[in-house]
Amino acid sequence: MTTEAGLASPATGAIKAETAEMLGRRLDAIFLPLAALLVGMLIFSIFLLFLGKSPIEFFQIVYKAGFGTSFSWTNTLARAAPLLLAALCVALPARLGLVIIGGEGAIVLGGVAAGAVAMLAPGLPGPIGIVGMALAAAIVGGAWIGGIGALRHYRGVNETISSLLMAYIAIALMNHLVEGPLRDPASLNKPSTSPLPDAWRIGEIPGVGVHWGLAIGIIGCIVCWLLIERTTWGFAARIVGGNVKAAQIQGLPAGLLMIGFTALGGAFAGLAGMFEVAAVHGSANASLAAGYGYTGILIAFLARHNGLAIIPAAIVFAGFEASSGLIQRRLDLPDATILVLEGIVFITILLSDALQDKISIVKLMKGDRT
Amino acid sequence: MTTDIGLWGVPLAILGGAIRVSTPFIFVSIGEALTERSGRVNLGLEGTLVFGAMSGYAVAYHSNSAWVGLLAAAFFGLIFGLVHGYICKLPKVNDIAIGIALMIFGSGLAFFFGKPYIQPVAPHLPAISLGWWSDVPQVQAALRVNVLFIAGIALALAASWMLRNTKVGLTIRVAGDSADAARALGIDVNRVRLWSTAAGGALAGIGGAYLSLYYPGSWNEGISSGQGLMAVALVIFARWSPINCAYASLLFGGAGALGPALQSVGVTQGYYLFYAAPYVLTLGLLIATSSTTRAMTSAPGELSITK
Repeated sequence: MTTEAGLASPATGAIKAETAEMLGRRLDAIFLPLAALLVGMLIFSIFLLFLGKSPIEFFQIVYKAGFGTSFSWTNTLARAAPLLLAALCVALPARLGLVIIGGEGAIVLGGVAAGAVAMLAPGLPGPIGIVGMALAAAIVGGAWIGGIGALRHYRGVNETISSLLMAYIAIALMNHLVEGPLRDPASLNKPSTSPLPDAWRIGEIPGVGVHWGLAIGIIGCIVCWLLIERTTWGFAARIVGGNVKAAQIQGLPAGLLMIGFTALGGAFAGLAGMFEVAAVHGSANASLAAGYGYTGILIAFLARHNGLAIIPAAIVFAGFEASSGLIQRRLDLPDATILVLEGIVFITILLSDALQDKISIVKLMKGDRT
Repeated sequence: MTTDIGLWGVPLAILGGAIRVSTPFIFVSIGEALTERSGRVNLGLEGTLVFGAMSGYAVAYHSNSAWVGLLAAAFFGLIFGLVHGYICKLPKVNDIAIGIALMIFGSGLAFFFGKPYIQPVAPHLPAISLGWWSDVPQVQAALRVNVLFIAGIALALAASWMLRNTKVGLTIRVAGDSADAARALGIDVNRVRLWSTAAGGALAGIGGAYLSLYYPGSWNEGISSGQGLMAVALVIFARWSPINCAYASLLFGGAGALGPALQSVGVTQGYYLFYAAPYVLTLGLLIATSSTTRAMTSAPGELSITK
């Protein structure tokens, strides 16, 4: 928003100062979350020291298991794919001032929708089947989260609470469908939908070794960034996020934007579920509720709901989660260790927002000038 | 003593279930009502509840006393509430976002320390049999009431009286309705909210301890199924009144007992859908009681979720 103000300013000197301030703000936007991440890791290290574990060893293992070898990168990036899409489900509505934390519901139902399409028409050729699954997942996910946006707009229902309640309902619905109407009788131990036809399985990106969900996730992040930062819709959405009433007085269609942005976010989360089914599990079952939706919340907040920043943030947390198994075995720590780290980092990120005005490059620069 | 009471077993099982399932809701929702009356929302109660369940169970196991466990759960709940309250005192911090962060942190910490306590058996909180007058075992089972349920009802009455008739209650209400008015009266709004959140956290910790120390009565990672969060919605439905919170909790408890009650008489079709009943009920009530045009009746003026 500084850009518009800067360009409107007539004097060249003012433009220079504005550009410097804009640059400072950009640096702040990168520096503060990064500092928050590091402080969070530091506090977590102290926690480990209290337990008599070595933080150095911990982060060495995280590095090795998450980012150290090409094999670990493959593993990390495969986990990043659903996280990118799940984070968009938080970040897009957040630009309108909505805190939606039930993306898990859209992921789960998107996956079930994909599995259902495969059971209804398994005879279709692969490409059509994949497009069909993607459409079904995006529509179901979009309707699920878009409905939350609509409830917020038309009925004033708090979206944070309703989205989480709907996530629980979605998981119950998935259990019902997978153990009832959509169950493959051959799946004994773990009730699932029928396995996808081989031609419907989504393969790897050539040369990367990770399924196409990663590419779609990254493209989704870039598209969302462009949508918010470079289009009039995005500009209107940011105004609504600043002040709904002012936006409505300006004649902006606040309701349409709310429903549209939440539905788009839900569609991305639905796609995350589709990729889990079509590229990872091969059928829809309870593994869909793996908590990607909740890690997505943290990633979106770390990225300050900026589409481009979501990409590195998702990769960092995918790496943390990818190292969980090795941490359990090597350090004899429970699997919830990463959850503790994530909780601490989440708190430090929110604290960094509070310190935004105190620790700031922009402020330092202004201090120098006067 | 095998009296066949046929389908009468269903409403009886629902009644008994409502009493058993509602108890944690009563504590968490009254706690949240106190916090929200002071003008703040604590969504982190879900994490507090889970940590309360774990710490209560662990301490009860080591001390061999369920009451010491309950006390420990309340203490840790208080600490979680203080953390939330302190962070929210800082400028530019969103209480809802902090709540989500504490939800993840509380559950993570509980799962982290709770691993060794999944197997051992800790002592349970005692129950009182109010069904002595009946010969029917189902009636006796339904009316075996835990002491915490009775304490919860007493708490609802006490909290309601406290908010209406005492200076502390008035202070909390003023802080929640108008921060400016409170400051004009010389009330330290942040301090009132800090301690209201702490009290809410302690009650949520007790609610969690009930889960692990009575019903279902053991510690595992799936012990809470969103009770802490549903309580937040329940408080809105109960219009921020502790007594209404107790009624609403019973209603929710009944909805939660529906699935197991039907299963006990052999209805297994759609079990998972019955399991979703409390969430659907919560959502339905939330939709029915929300509005975009009029401010919610008796909502604290400073509350972020109703603005």
